[in-house]
Amino acid sequence: MGRLYERLCEDLRCLEGLKSCMNCGVCTAICPSAEFYRYDPRKICDTVQRADDESIEQLLKSDTIWYCGECMSCKTRCPRGNTPGLLIMALRKLSQEMGYFTDSEKGRQQFAIRRVIGDSILTTGYCMRPILVNPANHPEQGPVWEWVYNNLPEVMDKVGANYLKDGPGALRRIAPEVLSEINQIFQVTGGQDFFQLIEEFSKDKADEMCLDAGELGGDNAYFSEVYTKNSGNHH
Amino acid sequence: MEQEGKKRIWSEYQKEIADDHYFYVRSCIRQTFFPGSETTFLKILRDDLSRDVFEDARHTTCTGIGYHTDIVPFETIMTIAARHFALMTEAGYVNFVPSCVTSFGIYTEILDTWKHFPEMEAKARDYLWTATRREFKIPDNLSHTSDIIYRFRNELAELSGHRLVNKNDGKPLKVVEHIGCHYAKMFPKCGVGGAEFPAVLSGMVEAWGGEVIDYPERRHCCGFGFRQYLIKANRGYSLSNSKKKFESMQPYQPDFIVANCPGCAMFLDRWQYTIAEMEGITYDKSGKGIPVLTYEELAGLIMGYDPWVMGMQMHQISVEPLLDKIGIVYNKKDKYLGSKGQYIGVPQPPHFLLQ
Repeated sequence: MGRLYERLCEDLRCLEGLKSCMNCGVCTAICPSAEFYRYDPRKICDTVQRADDESIEQLLKSDTIWYCGECMSCKTRCPRGNTPGLLIMALRKLSQEMGYFTDSEKGRQQFAIRRVIGDSILTTGYCMRPILVNPANHPEQGPVWEWVYNNLPEVMDKVGANYLKDGPGALRRIAPEVLSEINQIFQVTGGQDFFQLIEEFSKDKADEMCLDAGELGGDNAYFSEVYTKNSGNHH
Repeated sequence: MEQEGKKRIWSEYQKEIADDHYFYVRSCIRQTFFPGSETTFLKILRDDLSRDVFEDARHTTCTGIGYHTDIVPFETIMTIAARHFALMTEAGYVNFVPSCVTSFGIYTEILDTWKHFPEMEAKARDYLWTATRREFKIPDNLSHTSDIIYRFRNELAELSGHRLVNKNDGKPLKVVEHIGCHYAKMFPKCGVGGAEFPAVLSGMVEAWGGEVIDYPERRHCCGFGFRQYLIKANRGYSLSNSKKKFESMQPYQPDFIVANCPGCAMFLDRWQYTIAEMEGITYDKSGKGIPVLTYEELAGLIMGYDPWVMGMQMHQISVEPLLDKIGIVYNKKDKYLGSKGQYIGVPQPPHFLLQ
C-alpha cells in the first residue's frame, strides 16, 4: 500500500465511492462515457482497489480519469453500492494536487475551466451566465441564442429577469459584500489555494510548451490550445 | 414488469414535499437559458396557488458546476451550501427549494455526507463562522422545484384551461419525460419515484391529460457531462449522448419533450439544431424538430400563460406546432418583440430545421 493510495483514501468520496468492487462491469454497461470514449469505470475501480501506487500514478497522469461526465448513472445500478463517478472525483482532485493533470491532453483542460468557471464564481457569484455563452465559441447554440445574446437586456426584461440590477430576481447583480463572503469562504476552505495550484502547474506546463498563459482569462495561446485541442486518440 | 409490481416499488420512493413557505434558490443555468421559467414558477406558486415563497438577493451560485468540473473542493462547496442554509435560517424558513437539478444533487450529497460523517458538518459550521460569522439550521425539507409542481399537479389540473390533448383528434399528446441525472440517480430516495421509475414529470403529464412514452433510452443522460460540454474539444461526447436518446425516442413520434433539469432542456433543444445542421436529420415528421419544454413552461401553458412572456421564444426548436395542437391562442408577431413591444430584430432562420 503506497502513498498515493493513502492520500486517495483520505478523500471521503473515495471511501463512499469504493467499498468492495467485484468487477461485474455493470457500471461500464450503463456509462455514457464508456460508449463514447475508450473508458471503462470497472477498470478504474480495479486499479484503485489493488492499491498499487505505480498503477495509480499512471492513472493520475492519463487522459482516462478525465473522460467521465459525472452523471453518476453508475451509482444507481451498482449491486454493491459503489460509485465510480465519486472515485473519479477523488482521483481528479489528487491529480491536480500532485500536478499530474498537466501530463495529459484532457487533464490540461482544467486550466480553461479554472479561468472561466473559477473566475466567474469569484467575480460575479455565478458559475454560468449568458455573457459566457459567446456564440463565437458556441456555434451549437444556434441563431436563436445569438439573437438572445445580442439583445440580452431587452429579452431578459421581457421574461421577468432582473438582469444585472440590484435586488432579487433572475440574473441580478450580486452585491460586492456578498462576493466578499464567497471569496472569504474560498480562502478559509482551501478553494483559493486549489485555484492557485491549478494556475501554477498550468503555467509551468505552458512554459514547457512555449505557450503564453497570460495572467487572466482566455485570451492567450495556452488557453486556446487546451480549450480546442483534440488529438482524436480517445476513442 | 407488471404494472402492480411497478406500483409497489414506486411506493417505496414517495418523498415528503413541503406544502408552503418555501425558501427559493435560483439556478445559474436556468437563469441563463430559461429565466422566464423561474418567473413562471414564482407566479404559479404565489398567484395561482397562494403559497409563500421567499427569495434572498444574497443567494449565489452553489458552485456546483465548479464542483463537477473538479476545480472546487468538497470543503468549499459544502461551506457555500452552509451559507445558503444560513440565509434560509435567518429568514425564518425551513423548506429549501432549489431550481437547479445539479444544485439539488449537491445539497442531497452534502446532507448525506454530514449524516454519515458528522465531523464534516462540524467543519462546515466552523468554516462558515470563520468566513462570514453566520450560523445555520439544516432544512426540514429539501425539495426540487419540480417536486413542488408535482405536489400541486392535481390542483393545477383543476385550475387549468388546457389539457395535453391534441385538439385535432382528441388523443392524448405523446410526451417524452427526461429527468436530470442528479435528481435521483445518486440518492434515489430523495426523488419522487426513485431513479428507475421517477414519477415527478410523468405524474404531471398524466395529471394534465398527456401520455408518457416509455422508450429504451429513457434514463440515459442528456450528455452534459460538465467538462464534456464546457470545453469545446469535448463537445462530441455531449452531442452523441443526446443523439442516442433522439434515435431511441424517434419511433414513438413524441409531440414534445419535458425536462426537470435546465441543462438537459437546453441540450435536448440545441443538439437537435446541431444535428440538423451537421447531418440534415430531424427527429419528427414535419422537419421542425421536437419541442423541448421545462416543466414550468408546461405548467404555465396549461394555466394559459403567454408563451412569449414565459420565454419560449428563446428555444431553438419552434414551439408553435405544440401550441397549435393544444389549442393555445398566441400572437405570432409578438414572439420576438422586446418588453415594450419594440422591434429588436429576429433570429436568422436555421439552414435545415423548418420554422
